Amino acid sequence: MTGPELQLQTETDWRSAWQEFPYWLIAIIGFLVLVAILIFVNPEYRQAFDFIVPGIALTARITFFGFAIAMVIGLMAGLGRVSRNTIIRNTAITYIEFIRGVPTLVLILTVSFTVVPAASNLFGFENSSVPPEARGIISLAIIYGAFMAEIFRAGIESIPSGQMEAARSLGMTYTQAMWRIILPQAVRNVSPALGNDFIAMLKDSSLLSVLAIREITQRSRLYAGSTFRFDEAYLVLTFLYLSMTIGLSLLLRWYERRLGKDGR
Amino acid sequence: MTDREDIIVVESLHKYFGDVQAVKNVNFTIRRGEVVVIVGPSGSGKSTVLRCLNHLEVPTHGAVYIDGVHLEDKKTNINAVRAEVGMVFQQFNLFNHLSVIDNVMIAQRLVRKRSKEEARSIAMQQLERVGIPEKADAYPRQLSGGQQQRVAIARSLAMEPKIMLFDEPTSALDPEMIKEVLDVMLDLAKAGMTMVVVTHEMGFGRSAADRVIFMDDGQIIEIAPPDQLYANPQHARTKLFLSKILKH
Repeated sequence: MTGPELQLQTETDWRSAWQEFPYWLIAIIGFLVLVAILIFVNPEYRQAFDFIVPGIALTARITFFGFAIAMVIGLMAGLGRVSRNTIIRNTAITYIEFIRGVPTLVLILTVSFTVVPAASNLFGFENSSVPPEARGIISLAIIYGAFMAEIFRAGIESIPSGQMEAARSLGMTYTQAMWRIILPQAVRNVSPALGNDFIAMLKDSSLLSVLAIREITQRSRLYAGSTFRFDEAYLVLTFLYLSMTIGLSLLLRWYERRLGKDGR
Repeated sequence: MTDREDIIVVESLHKYFGDVQAVKNVNFTIRRGEVVVIVGPSGSGKSTVLRCLNHLEVPTHGAVYIDGVHLEDKKTNINAVRAEVGMVFQQFNLFNHLSVIDNVMIAQRLVRKRSKEEARSIAMQQLERVGIPEKADAYPRQLSGGQQQRVAIARSLAMEPKIMLFDEPTSALDPEMIKEVLDVMLDLAKAGMTMVVVTHEMGFGRSAADRVIFMDDGQIIEIAPPDQLYANPQHARTKLFLSKILKH
């Protein structure tokens, strides 16, 4: 009989080879390939695909612009969150906690049908001149700005206080030290988390179908509603989201590994 | 208000952290070109006093004058004062996202508003002075602790400060790297820099210090020239402390 340690040792070796293999990825790619084949060989799937796919440009545009604006809002709110000024800090916390306490779908409706009209009264532009697409982008940007503010805050707080002290001791102002010393390191540290939010935002752009924006989810609903081919419409839709999110998530994993290799 | 030769004047300095009093009524004056070492047990307030000299800690009561400028005056531009007062930290605190040369250039560019060429040439001079010009393009993580600390010294010197503060500059270093940092500090002392150094390195105190301040429990117990303070301390607490650090 061999000793228990030896037994354990061989078992871990065996594990690393067979248990580290990404079966999950094979399963998901298998699903994607299956639907791709269906789309290719089955004319009914093909028809659904052809109807839905033009919406991708809109989904991508909403996600891209929404994310860009959310980055700006999130950075400002994140800086406000760590400010020593009581008014600025509490303004930032109010925004963040308000948004985080209300469901995404409810916020989309509130921003689109209450906040934007109110803003149009306040700033004197025509409410009807704001297209639904812009309302959707503004909604997502305001919602994700709050989540990204917390990411930026965590990133800033992850930088040792010695960095700020060294910068200030050289005569830099708080703003110079923040922008030139703290933020570059903080943003690098949180870039994987920001990437995750980009993927989350891509998925949440589907909620904008309630604004009748013809992105891929809305197109699928229209297709299913008019043809009663629910399987085709929603399988194709799932296929589209999954290929985009899995692609992005693999890209992110690769980037994180590269970041890890570089050290800090 | 003060003699032009008195570059640092500290008057009845008190510092509280919450209810804890870290510094109790500290007074001293440092002349231009003088090298002063501060020693004392941990928690004696010596780092806090040092950090009050460039307002990384703001005193609760009392006054600090740097080259005649009253730091607690609301009208004082603290950033302008800090540009004249270099500081070297125990943990080096190099900017990790910047190369060595950029570490030494960034404050020159932002605070001194020097051109890129001028900042680069001054940075290279200072890196040569601390003995590592060949590491200009390396990143902090690629350097040893001793090399990082020398870059940190070069970074401060590039601002051409009037005063250099050192907060336990060799305490985080492996023993074989302490000498390379102390050698740079000794050269600096010989060149006439005004220095305030918190350190337990007695060799440095003996060969470079004009005076040694012994602090305990937030107070100055004794100020004396190094031979006197190290060899023949007047106070029981100084004797006790020195006997402890001399044992190893």
